[in-house]
Amino acid sequence: MTDRHRIALTVNGRPCEAEVESRRLLVDFLREDLGLKGAHIGCEHGVCGTCTVLMNGESIRSCITFAVQANGSSILTVEGLSGDGRLHPLQEAFWDHQALQCGYCTPGMLLRAYEFLQENPRPTPDQVRAAIASNLCRCTGYQFIVEAVLDAARRLETAGAGRGQEPAAPRA
Amino acid sequence: MSVTQATPTPGRERKWVGKSIRRVEDPKFLTGRGGYVDDLVLPGMLHAAVLRSPHAHARITRIDVEAARRLPGVAAVVTGAEAAELCNPMPDFGPAPDKHVWRCLAVDKVRHVGEGVAVVVAESRYLAEDARDLIEVEYEPLPVVADPIAALEPTAPLVHEALGSNLAYQRTFVFGEVERDFAEADLVVRDHLRWRRSGGQPLETVGAVADYDPATGMLTIHCNSLTFTHFLFMLANTLKVPANRLDVRPAPAGGSFGSKFWAVKVAAIAGMLAKKLGRPVKLIEDRVDNITNCDHHGSDRIYDVELAVMKDGTLRGIKFDVVDDYGAYIQFGTGTHGNSLAQCVGPYRIGSVQYAVRAVLTNKCQQGAHRGFGSEVTNWAIERMVDLAARELGLDPVEIRRRNFIRPEQFPYFIPSGNVYDSGNYEGVMDTALRLADYDHWRREQERLRREGRYIGIGVISCQERSVFSATEFWFWFDEPAAKVTSAPESVTLSVDPTGGVTATLYSNAFWGNSSDTVVAQLVAEEFDVDPHSVNVVYSGSNRGLPATGPGGSRFTVMVAGAVNGAAARIKEKARKVAGHVLEVDPEDLEWAEGGFRVKGAPDRRLSLAEIALQTYLFKHSLPDEIETGLEASKVYDHPYTTMPSDDRSNLGVFYPFVGNACHVPVIEVDPETGAISYLKYVAVHDAGTMVNPRGLEGQIIGGTAHGIGTALFEEYVYDRDGQLLTTSYMDYLIPSAMEVPEVVVGHQETPSPFTVHGIKGGGEGGRMMTPAALSAAIDDALAPLGVRCTELPATPERIRRWIEEARARGGGTMSG
Repeated sequence: MTDRHRIALTVNGRPCEAEVESRRLLVDFLREDLGLKGAHIGCEHGVCGTCTVLMNGESIRSCITFAVQANGSSILTVEGLSGDGRLHPLQEAFWDHQALQCGYCTPGMLLRAYEFLQENPRPTPDQVRAAIASNLCRCTGYQFIVEAVLDAARRLETAGAGRGQEPAAPRA
Repeated sequence: MSVTQATPTPGRERKWVGKSIRRVEDPKFLTGRGGYVDDLVLPGMLHAAVLRSPHAHARITRIDVEAARRLPGVAAVVTGAEAAELCNPMPDFGPAPDKHVWRCLAVDKVRHVGEGVAVVVAESRYLAEDARDLIEVEYEPLPVVADPIAALEPTAPLVHEALGSNLAYQRTFVFGEVERDFAEADLVVRDHLRWRRSGGQPLETVGAVADYDPATGMLTIHCNSLTFTHFLFMLANTLKVPANRLDVRPAPAGGSFGSKFWAVKVAAIAGMLAKKLGRPVKLIEDRVDNITNCDHHGSDRIYDVELAVMKDGTLRGIKFDVVDDYGAYIQFGTGTHGNSLAQCVGPYRIGSVQYAVRAVLTNKCQQGAHRGFGSEVTNWAIERMVDLAARELGLDPVEIRRRNFIRPEQFPYFIPSGNVYDSGNYEGVMDTALRLADYDHWRREQERLRREGRYIGIGVISCQERSVFSATEFWFWFDEPAAKVTSAPESVTLSVDPTGGVTATLYSNAFWGNSSDTVVAQLVAEEFDVDPHSVNVVYSGSNRGLPATGPGGSRFTVMVAGAVNGAAARIKEKARKVAGHVLEVDPEDLEWAEGGFRVKGAPDRRLSLAEIALQTYLFKHSLPDEIETGLEASKVYDHPYTTMPSDDRSNLGVFYPFVGNACHVPVIEVDPETGAISYLKYVAVHDAGTMVNPRGLEGQIIGGTAHGIGTALFEEYVYDRDGQLLTTSYMDYLIPSAMEVPEVVVGHQETPSPFTVHGIKGGGEGGRMMTPAALSAAIDDALAPLGVRCTELPATPERIRRWIEEARARGGGTMSG
């Protein structure tokens, strides 16, 4: 239990160095060592997607990823999605559409939707539904989340590339 | 008896109630600042992990914790036997708490897989789990009883020896002339129905952070699962602290669905450890803890039901004989059957009811609450029988329901059990649903597609959603109850600051996804004509708190509306006196309008709430003597409509009076080769009285429908015959994803309650209370040509395939497929 490793990574655009046990999970590193409480722990088996964060722009399950695996990477958490006191258009759309109830799955769902809209800026409702099926939500039945993601896609398109859609963290 | 008649404000006069505003609590959740209990970090905080039993039933012959205690970073290891010294048994509302004793950790023997036998506290959760692995436990396995029927055999192994049997409770209630109705019936339909256990499974588990100050004796427990503040003295007793030295502070819950309704074990263990160590201790269930050892698995029932019917479809009487598998403990007694009895005739004029219940103990995790609290199971059973009667009589499912609905002019309507249905228009709800579903179109399509060999099914069900329980349902089971508790109150304090800003203080753990902050903000805005987003909603700890019961049983919105209305009236009464004095008019000549008081007939002579507030804070000695400084008022709102049960329990009184209704119409296709179901349409029309935030209610209806789809088709805690739980992760316990849930067309009807402020009824559980019945009906309808009947849930693909094979073996089936 004494094997410790130095890791260096970028979290929400800021460089970060730390020494961690090899077994330390990324979600615990983010929550406990960095105080980024937006990554939530759900099923702890990589099924529910609650702990989703982006690593180098791709969604991962931080509850089954070791912190050492994030060495040299760029991590985006929900805290990096909004900046300067302004919500990201996805967050605005989730708010407008009541796409959350208890809020526990919301950070993971936002990050998955963010990743998806990067890949597919003009999705159909069915494509959104399939895309977010990676993440469980026990409250909403998903319908308002689908509506919110579609609306966010429109807002992002209206805002134009590079305006109001880039989070604080640069994509690797 | 206590009945309050509230006059609903006409809808057109409301400014904020009825508006789908954005939720006031959302910014924190959208930005990862939710403040859930696991987000809380206290200086010097330790972390706990519970060692779970791998056996369903076994005697603990030895526990060796020395190696665990020696591990660096470990602060304490507490075994079940030591915990029994530190704590009294858990608060228990069951039938005979001294004969089925429930403790926070098992002592002497374990009674289900996952039961805690010891707990480790260490500097980190990692170290706590390392140490947990060093604990050696020797078990002597005992014979397991995992089947509730087998558990009733005289030779069955005993879960609790002191009880002398596994039958924790039994009673047969008879309401009305049931034997006469059955004797006079043209037809009695009978069926055997099986509802298997599932659970709330919120994505956030139960957790607590406890902090004990040895100098003051104060024990503070932050948690996401405890409310009922006027019952917290029972937790204080468990933890051996004076009730006035216990402060339970609510954290927002990341979902509950019943599973955080008084979930007390985690808080008790954390509290015990903090008190022992004098340091803060965090205990958060992991997912396996939550699945195997939570306080709240859901109903697990075996029914034999009989329904007495006339040839014209008139429903006369119904008999339920239900065995319910409660698992190893029975903390809430048979409260889940109280919920059933609140609406045991559905929306129909069924004149008599016989209800026989046997509550059985087995080697499984204990039952508690699951969205619907048992009433959803009865909804399913009633609708299964009505559909069976319709099939036998050759009636369309719509027609048999239409002929039996309680009519709008019959409200308030007392059902045979004694409960009242306050208001409703059930035919109106069903007609809206049929219209939104384009029912006749789909009947034609069904006909056409059947000729192509496709199995299309349309379900039509109409069910009740009781809301706002009263305390009598905790004890009317017994002729001599321990305590005839009479109210389940909710409280609020409204504080107007000198600038007119309003803060609402809530006293229960009210947020578990149900928009409690938004609801309160809208209700306050309605009273004071302020922007709801300007209202500050805060949560008090229990120690300085007013009595509050919290959500559960779809009660919070109704109850807090009463509390806000009452507190606002007190503030306005004082404000009126102050304004009258300042404006030099008789206070009775003032009227409330647009955020202040104005002189009737002279609307430009007015004072805003802010101007009045400033007067009350700064100029007491310029005001009438009876005016004290400040502008704040509280209201403890007691249950507005409770009546006592009769001594012989032939009438249980009014205990769940605000009763909504819904009609769900799914149109599905069943693939007979795979048993898979796909959706062509799903319509849900609900009547929850006056809506506070329609979008919010719609979200709960759709989410509840998704939840009900899980119950109906996927979710099951599967125990094998040895009591091993086979579904201990989300790879086996299947929660619907976006791909398993259809787009739901939601419709509303608003039939206000005559007994609640604004006419609100509860609505948080309704979706799940309808869907299992609706999908069962649709499966039957799809596979009607094969003669299949859905009698067991969840209707997994494997079960659907089995029913088809069985039907074919019986010679059913008139078409290929």
